[in-house]
Amino acid sequence: MDNRMVSVAAEEPLIMGNQTFHAVTDTISKIIEGKTPKLWYLAISISGSVALMFFGLIGYLVWQGIGIWGLQIPVAWGWAIVNFVFWVGIGHAGTLISAILFLLRQRWRTSINRFAEAMTIFAVICAGVFPAIHVGRMWVLHWVFPLPNQMSLWPNFRSPLLWDFFAVGTYFTCSFLFWYLGLVPDLATLRDRATNKIKKIIFGILSIGWRGGNRQWKHYELAYLLLAGISTPLVLSVHSVVSTDFSVSILPGWHTTIFPPYFVAGAIFSGFAMVMTLAIITRKIFGLENFITVNHLEKMNKIMLVTGMMVGYAYSCEFFIAWYSGNIYEQFAFINRAFGPYAWAYWIMVTCNVAVPQIFWFKKLRRSVPVMFVATIFINIGMWFERFVIVVTSLSADFLPSSWGYFSPTKYDIGLLIGSFGLFFTLFLLFLRFLPMIAMSEVKGVLPQADPHHHGHDIANRRRDS
Amino acid sequence: MNVQNKMKVVIAEFDSTAELMRAAEKIREAGYTKFDCHSPFPIHGMDSAMGLKRSGLGYIVGFFAFTGLTAAIILQWWASVVAYPLVISGKPFFSYQAYLPVTFSLAVLFAAAAAIFGMLVLNKLPRLNHPVFSSELFKKATDDGFLVTIESDDPKFDESEVKKYLLSLGAKRIEVAG
Repeated sequence: MDNRMVSVAAEEPLIMGNQTFHAVTDTISKIIEGKTPKLWYLAISISGSVALMFFGLIGYLVWQGIGIWGLQIPVAWGWAIVNFVFWVGIGHAGTLISAILFLLRQRWRTSINRFAEAMTIFAVICAGVFPAIHVGRMWVLHWVFPLPNQMSLWPNFRSPLLWDFFAVGTYFTCSFLFWYLGLVPDLATLRDRATNKIKKIIFGILSIGWRGGNRQWKHYELAYLLLAGISTPLVLSVHSVVSTDFSVSILPGWHTTIFPPYFVAGAIFSGFAMVMTLAIITRKIFGLENFITVNHLEKMNKIMLVTGMMVGYAYSCEFFIAWYSGNIYEQFAFINRAFGPYAWAYWIMVTCNVAVPQIFWFKKLRRSVPVMFVATIFINIGMWFERFVIVVTSLSADFLPSSWGYFSPTKYDIGLLIGSFGLFFTLFLLFLRFLPMIAMSEVKGVLPQADPHHHGHDIANRRRDS
Repeated sequence: MNVQNKMKVVIAEFDSTAELMRAAEKIREAGYTKFDCHSPFPIHGMDSAMGLKRSGLGYIVGFFAFTGLTAAIILQWWASVVAYPLVISGKPFFSYQAYLPVTFSLAVLFAAAAAIFGMLVLNKLPRLNHPVFSSELFKKATDDGFLVTIESDDPKFDESEVKKYLLSLGAKRIEVAG
């Protein structure tokens, strides 16, 4: 029953530098308690300006209408949907790390789960903006809720777009609750360390009076386990439901049954790439190399290699099925994707998502921080292009050649994509400054001395059991 | 501050998780009931050392998951069959297959909320004030301290007895809060 009884003596320690419990508290808390680094001000002034531009552009969009985008017929879903799928995909890594790796008892997750979860929440916020502004009349967005209204109008529950709303809404709520639950013990730590009254009150309220007694931990741990258990099917279902937005239609290139697993693999792939990008920068700036070790990064690279191969498999499987189906429209859609007017986007996608992760077969490259940093950037770009390829190429050339078209983005499309990064990084920087970015209580729990049998006589027994 | 709140808590610090666990076993055997073991992270095996039963949160979550599931089916049936029937490709109004994603999502949503709020209710949180918060020693509970607390509403509570007993178990430091 007890997973901590498995001997890990042969493995390298999860946390480097022979940390004591107090050293863990100190290292992580001091980031929040200490002086704000100048670099942080610089970073947030840039990302904050970009985020302001984002809100400005949304304001202009509401004023002017979605005609300011490059949307037309046949490409009536453009960058807004691409960005939505891209950000939701990124938002999958956090819950995967916190839920699935928790159930699989991957204890190395404790160093990265907090900020991966934070990243998830911010990515889903960015994602949620796009469909909301895409509806055009966003002031009647509440019509997607099944709420009684004066028109006696109810949503159509057979529509994947409505499923999407429920799936993403639930995902955001659950991820947020999960994140907050994990934060409570750490917020209590900050409350107990607080030196001034304002901090004491704020952290006191946020930590809801956590006392860390075993009578509380008992319920807490089960709540965590249950949330992990219900988040696991949820994280797999969200991108599956997103994929039904496409696959339930009859459009060639969209109407395929491989979409749900293909989207989920892609989501994990892109989410890990984004977690890695952020982790590599953060550990360097805040000197957290002992907590987020090269071993952690290597493990994540392995997951990216696996999911990258799954994505590559999906690309080739789509081609095979198009040929095997004997459907000329389906066949054309895929040949057009790889060799048509959007071939450049297709090959960027294949290069970034299939070729680049292959470097992780080599241990040396897998453990090289600069190499993996560059690779994750490529993967982030490649995964955006994947969604662009899926959304735009399929729409631009469907059944009738007379209704084909070519999509070009306007400056507003580009501005909103860049702007969403501004919002994302602003939220992330605020998180780094004001909340503990590494789950202190969980990291303490994986230190060797946390095990009550650590100094005891029964280490030999544990070896025998495992 | 609060005149009515006369509860006292004896807080004792132990050296390691192993010692805390041993102390927990002894305190339970001595017949104390209003005691708790505080640590910055959950210690495995502590539940049985303290003689605690498994948390009942699972039943709460299960109940609410089922409620969410039922509510989702009723909502979709009522909206699509009774309140606003829409003919779409001649499909039946009650197309239960298409209701699966929303049903699943709502079941998960209810379960997640029940897990969090159920945990809070079972732990009697939020509780922003507690006698132990006046103690300096107790601040270690969220940092690196392994603490035992015995509350004065324990039927066996006698301040000097408790202190002596905890020292005999190997407590490093003792403080009385409240």
